[in-house]
Amino acid sequence: MSVAATQKRGFGSVLWDYVTTVDHKKIAHLYLFGGGLFFLIGGIEAMLIRIQLAKPDNDFLSAGLYNEMITMHGTTMIFLAAMPLIFALMNAVLPLQIGARDVAFPYLNSLGFWLFMFGGILLNCSWFLGGAPDAGWTAYAPLSTTSPGHGVDFYVMGLQIAGAGTLIGGINFLVTVVNMRAPGMTYMRMPLFTWASFIASILILFAFPALTVGLFLLMFDRMFGTAFFDVSLGGNTIIWEHIFWIFGHPEVYILILPLFGVFSDVFSTFAKKRLFGYTAMVFATMLIAFLGFMVWAHHMFTVGLGPVANSIFSIATMAIAVPTGIKIFNWLATLWGGNITINSAMLWSLAFIPTFTIGGMTGVMVATVAADYQYHDTYFVIAHFHYVIVGGTIFGIFAALHYWWPKIFGRVLREGLGKLTFWTFFIGFHLTFFIQHFLGLMGMPRRYWVFHSGDGLDLGNLISTIGAFFMAFGVIVFIINVILTARDEKAPADPWDGRTLEWATASPPAHYNFKQTPLVRGLDPLWIEKSEGKGKMTPAEPLGEIHMPNNSFLPFLFSLGLFVAGFGFIYQTDNKAWLAVLIGGMAFSLGTMVVRSMKDDLGYHISKEELEREAD
Amino acid sequence: MKGWMGKLRVLTLLGSIALVLSGCGRENLTALIPKGYGAEKSLDLIILSTVVMLFVLLIVMILYVTVLVRFRKKKGKEDFIPKQVEGNKTLETIWTVIPIILLIIIAVPTTIATFDLADTEGSKKALNVDVTGNQYWWHFNYNGQEIQTSQDLYIPTGEKVYLNMKSSDVIHSFWVPAISGKMDVNPENENTMYIEAYEEGVYWGKCAELCGPSHSLMDFKVIAVSPEEFEQWVSDMQSVDPKAVAEGETAQQGQELFQEKNCMGCHAIGSSPIQVGPNLTNFGDRTQVAGIKEHTKDNIVQWIMDPESIKPGNKMTGNYPTVSKEEANKIADYLLQLQPSEITSESAGN
Repeated sequence: MSVAATQKRGFGSVLWDYVTTVDHKKIAHLYLFGGGLFFLIGGIEAMLIRIQLAKPDNDFLSAGLYNEMITMHGTTMIFLAAMPLIFALMNAVLPLQIGARDVAFPYLNSLGFWLFMFGGILLNCSWFLGGAPDAGWTAYAPLSTTSPGHGVDFYVMGLQIAGAGTLIGGINFLVTVVNMRAPGMTYMRMPLFTWASFIASILILFAFPALTVGLFLLMFDRMFGTAFFDVSLGGNTIIWEHIFWIFGHPEVYILILPLFGVFSDVFSTFAKKRLFGYTAMVFATMLIAFLGFMVWAHHMFTVGLGPVANSIFSIATMAIAVPTGIKIFNWLATLWGGNITINSAMLWSLAFIPTFTIGGMTGVMVATVAADYQYHDTYFVIAHFHYVIVGGTIFGIFAALHYWWPKIFGRVLREGLGKLTFWTFFIGFHLTFFIQHFLGLMGMPRRYWVFHSGDGLDLGNLISTIGAFFMAFGVIVFIINVILTARDEKAPADPWDGRTLEWATASPPAHYNFKQTPLVRGLDPLWIEKSEGKGKMTPAEPLGEIHMPNNSFLPFLFSLGLFVAGFGFIYQTDNKAWLAVLIGGMAFSLGTMVVRSMKDDLGYHISKEELEREAD
Repeated sequence: MKGWMGKLRVLTLLGSIALVLSGCGRENLTALIPKGYGAEKSLDLIILSTVVMLFVLLIVMILYVTVLVRFRKKKGKEDFIPKQVEGNKTLETIWTVIPIILLIIIAVPTTIATFDLADTEGSKKALNVDVTGNQYWWHFNYNGQEIQTSQDLYIPTGEKVYLNMKSSDVIHSFWVPAISGKMDVNPENENTMYIEAYEEGVYWGKCAELCGPSHSLMDFKVIAVSPEEFEQWVSDMQSVDPKAVAEGETAQQGQELFQEKNCMGCHAIGSSPIQVGPNLTNFGDRTQVAGIKEHTKDNIVQWIMDPESIKPGNKMTGNYPTVSKEEANKIADYLLQLQPSEITSESAGN
């Protein structure tokens, strides 16, 4: 992808550059590559699931392998595809949108990526080492604590390492937004994508520690003989459900909010209108995030928490529909009266509105407790959350990629292929998932390896499988588009007549982003300058030296140490000799921390003369 | 492109209508044709919330289509710069307040139904069944009646039957969509729910919480018979003599093999606290073998010889002495004779 820009250099040197980079734009490339790779793996898992369910009593996959497939599909898509792809967008765009030269902690940024990558690889190693985790992505105890083999151990260690990376990334973006905004870029002038990413980062800060704690408890139960979830020894399995969903529900909003930001930016750019109700949009996002922490037990309506708890969580959940509705109507009002251009980015964004509204509609329906007793753990729920996660997050990621591809890679994705991707994926998506609402109500529970020929579920499942192939086709076309586009000519700095700061710098930007930090005079700063006839940003500072951080190999090594230690943790239950690997890996990681602490790394300066030599 | 989108909408609409016309799924399994109290309550709310939400969707779609038709870039007006509107207090208030009202319309009946379905006060005077979820079968113990069955739960129609549910291993979930919504079966605490079937029938039950490789094979049946038939069934079940000698040579040999091979260690015949494996008192009347296979001798023989081929990960595999095909045939002959009652799934109109 980015190879085109660096063709003249050898492969080794490019690789070394990426492995050691601390530049947020290159880390965005890395996240895009890593997240994209896992998205394809998760997609293949999804296709295998749909093939298995194409006809009744099918034996394409064995029962045990099927459970591994659904577990890995969910875990991969949530933690290893959607999250890193969102981080790719944040890395690529957020610093540019606030007029910053980099994120607050470039070194941590790199560390966050490598932790995610090694965690993901560790988790996927399980396929080749005796079987993947098979207790569902929710890993409910005691199924997870008693699952034979090492599958669930890989789940625990892989997610623990990847989760640490996510937490680091979230904190980094929080500090970046608080500290690194350009002069004049007040909070209420930030583009919605920046706002939403900021709020999602707060959610990460509060939600991921719950996952970390839960995974530690599970790890102690499985590897070190504790009994947090062992009922026969006084443990309690419901505790896991609570801990998991206290993390799990905010996670849903972590996945969707940044894309709400993307849609806001895309609509406003291609309707040529300022975002309608900016303040309401910001506060609606905050409200969704806040309420997102109050509703976790709606995943547990059938656990037997009692009518009081169930009713409270039901009403709290319904309340989320209000700020979400505000956002939908504000987007429509933004488009109203605009001069709308429909291209690939806009198609994905426009398709999001009806799709997500259906997802929200079924969201209120599943929040209706006494009705949820029927929906819960059936294909109705599968349909619901794919409508919000694919219809929101994945549509949003595609919209963002088509919109920001020129800023990320300096090429504009081809429109024809973009539209082909969109239409096949969009039609395939609705074919696959719309029918599943009915399958659920017709009595098909989720995570079913087979359904029986007498169950009346044949036709619906077949339609669903056919739809999945359309989606797969769309993704393949997208990959072709990416490959072909790499040879196209360079994109202009501002191909869409943009409104926000990322379009005020080159495509792709120089490694220091802005030669001079821009002065922000209001919401949509570039648009303001354009409408006043200036067309470019006023610098907030005279041309001067730029201080940049040095590359570092340490984040890679630190993560590698934990990766190795992960195997030690997993296999020491079989043979205590593996404790040596555990300790060795941890000591190695500790060593890289010591090196980092002892070594003065002051970065380097780009001189004024050098900057003057480079064209604008 | 707009034409495409319109066509797509029409197709989707036609598709859903066709689906509704072609039926709501298999009768006695689908939640869309309720045959019991809980399912009826749930369906009422499903319909109410669908209607309210379709109203919202309709408004969104009207605005959406209008926007796409009226405000797309037009020839000759490519450079038109729209007015930069900041917002509108009145509009924003309207689309905040109306959704709140709509949600209240859903929330009030939801809360009432939730408390109604959780009301287990009546359990003291009613029929109580202790339900145990196991990997991958269900055990039913009729509280105070000295009756145990597995896989097939007999209940009388027209009255609330209280189920006290607990798991012996991992979490399961008890779901009979046509009669009632589901409730989890946890290992640490007893959950109580009630079911009431309006009419006689054999209702299909499924496990709805991932519980291992054979999660999808953990089907069971709820057999609702008239109260008189149920009474008859209860007395038949209570008067079973587990030691009664089977009829016919092969069946008698099968009965002896059942003892020799120590099947009794896990499977009780007659009322017994043993529930390592399914209770076989009325095995001959079972609707299906292992809950999923047709109730034929061949399938019983296959199960006895190789249960793993039917339910991967079951707890029987490897825990009993080898049985030859001939022996399995004899055991099956014996088991098929275990028909203590005239009242079977056929009485329920199966």
